[in-house]
Amino acid sequence: MIDVRNVYKTFRVPEEVHALVDVSTKVEAGEVVVVIGPSGSGKSTFLRCLNHLEAADSGHIWIDGVDILSRKTNINKVRAEVGMVFQSFNLFPHKTVLENVTLAQVVVRKRSKSVAREKAQGLLEKVGIQDKAGNYPDQLSGGQQQRVAIARALAMDPKVMLFDEPTSALDPEMIGEVLDAMKALAKEGMTMVVVTHEMGFAREVADRVIFMDAGAIVEVGTPEHFFQNPTHDRTKLFLSQIL
Amino acid sequence: MNGSALAGYRSKANYYMWIGIFFALIGGIILMLYLATRQIDYVWRWYSMPRYFAHEAEIEIPAQVLGTVESITPEGKGAVIRVAEEDTDNVESYSVPDRKEIRVDDGDFVYPGDVLAIYRKWRPGLLAQGMWITLKVSLYAIVFGIAIGLLGGIARISSNPAAKWASITYVELIRGSPLLVQIFIWYFVLATLINQLLLKWGIPEISALWYGVASLAFFAGAYVTEIVRAGIQSIHRGQIEASRSLGMNAAQCMWYVILPQALRRILPPLAGQFITLIKDSSLLGIIAIRELTKATREGITTSLQPYEFWFTCAILYLILTFTLSMFVQWLERRTATP
Ligand SMILES: Nc1ncnc2c1ncn2[C@@H]1O[C@H](COP(=O)(O)OP(=O)(O)O)[C@@H](O)[C@H]1O
Ligand SMILES: [Mg+2]
Repeated sequence: MIDVRNVYKTFRVPEEVHALVDVSTKVEAGEVVVVIGPSGSGKSTFLRCLNHLEAADSGHIWIDGVDILSRKTNINKVRAEVGMVFQSFNLFPHKTVLENVTLAQVVVRKRSKSVAREKAQGLLEKVGIQDKAGNYPDQLSGGQQQRVAIARALAMDPKVMLFDEPTSALDPEMIGEVLDAMKALAKEGMTMVVVTHEMGFAREVADRVIFMDAGAIVEVGTPEHFFQNPTHDRTKLFLSQIL
Repeated sequence: MNGSALAGYRSKANYYMWIGIFFALIGGIILMLYLATRQIDYVWRWYSMPRYFAHEAEIEIPAQVLGTVESITPEGKGAVIRVAEEDTDNVESYSVPDRKEIRVDDGDFVYPGDVLAIYRKWRPGLLAQGMWITLKVSLYAIVFGIAIGLLGGIARISSNPAAKWASITYVELIRGSPLLVQIFIWYFVLATLINQLLLKWGIPEISALWYGVASLAFFAGAYVTEIVRAGIQSIHRGQIEASRSLGMNAAQCMWYVILPQALRRILPPLAGQFITLIKDSSLLGIIAIRELTKATREGITTSLQPYEFWFTCAILYLILTFTLSMFVQWLERRTATP
């Protein structure tokens, strides 16, 4: 589903940072991959390269067989197939919850308003906030907002979902409800790449864990491998700090 | 508000005393102005002002031929007067709107030009006409100014150097010279040029009013460009990323996500800009557009009542600008999310 080969990304402003260094990995359809690593190790940049919010400097990225770095690719079409959930939710504050979930369906997928509304209501029910459909995002708790953001991404019927620290901005008591929604999604067979510090989630749901440091993939393995006998010193150090 | 304003005063009576002093102050200034004008024998004639807003005009219906009034037939409130022309079979008929104002009788002999009847009709006065032109010019200029400002603002933040530099050049050019000079350029340079070209191609020429509108719209547009740019840049980057990650293209993201949020934020500075525009439209009198200020000056020439006219003129501008700011406040409330 996702094929990343030898991707490099360097930021030159404000200072030169090698955010991604020779990153290669594959994610199969239906697989859940959790990306962990210290702050500034390039996890967000890796995720953002997958839907071209960030343009990789070199290398290749295929999403469902489409070479997204090719000049001939319509990137908007690719992005419609790749859902993304952000740490800071990024809901549209001027739209109601329902409108947040219908907007891109109508504008991008060209669905009729009634079809989009029906789809949205189904998804809001699935993430447990159907009774807030008419509210504005500011009137919702963080956990509720993040679940709306998940519904908004799912409304496009994506083939892949990317999560960039979806629970990091949440109060502890709200983390569970968001993780539950993500677990349900994983059970349904959604292909997911999740950047998170929630090791419980990784242990329970991940098929594979990727550890990144200084822009490079240092270690890849099953959750069992990671939590029982990690091989690299840097992985051990990181895990000892967060566990 | 009121509570906190009251808090600093020992008593309610004290508070109202100061309100009384405020009105006494205003009244005192008006009285002093009045007494001063008495010293120079200025005669205030406010009673003659209403007719500059609307007056009843008398319109005469003259006979076109030499002949005899053959018949006067009532018709609704009016009547039809028939005049048989002398020495021919020709009978002319005239519709008269008001039967009470007929000035001839059956059988009267009339000459061409004799008044058969008159009627009265309300006509807008000089100041009403001037205010209408000011309103019209301002509204057109505001609409075009918004369009120009939106395009300019979007171009300004574009990564395309042609669009970006065009926007910067436009803003700097407009903001760097006086509006008066720009009005002259529009009227004496661009208007002559364009109208002569149009004449050459056989297209009717464009009136001064539209060059006035253009000068105001392009002037305000430069400031609106800066306001729009600031408004767009004030929207969090995450909004762009969220909409683009859903597959929206740049235009869809701008139209459905960024602009609605930015517009709400820029309404207050936009209102200020357009209030300035309404006041600036008073300069258009110099290119023969009879807006409110020019109408006022014409009124003074014929009436010799400068004091009444200038005060009235100022109040009329105040009404226009106040209405606009009320409208924008209403818009702000209406577009606010709870
Ligand atoms: N837009 C950007 N401009 C400049 N530097 C950036 C930008 N985005 C990320 N970086 C830098 O790239 C490195 C990796 O960042 P990021 O991918 O956000 O790390 P992580 O998500 O693992 O914390 C960091 O050093 C960060 O400062
Ligand atoms: Mg990050």
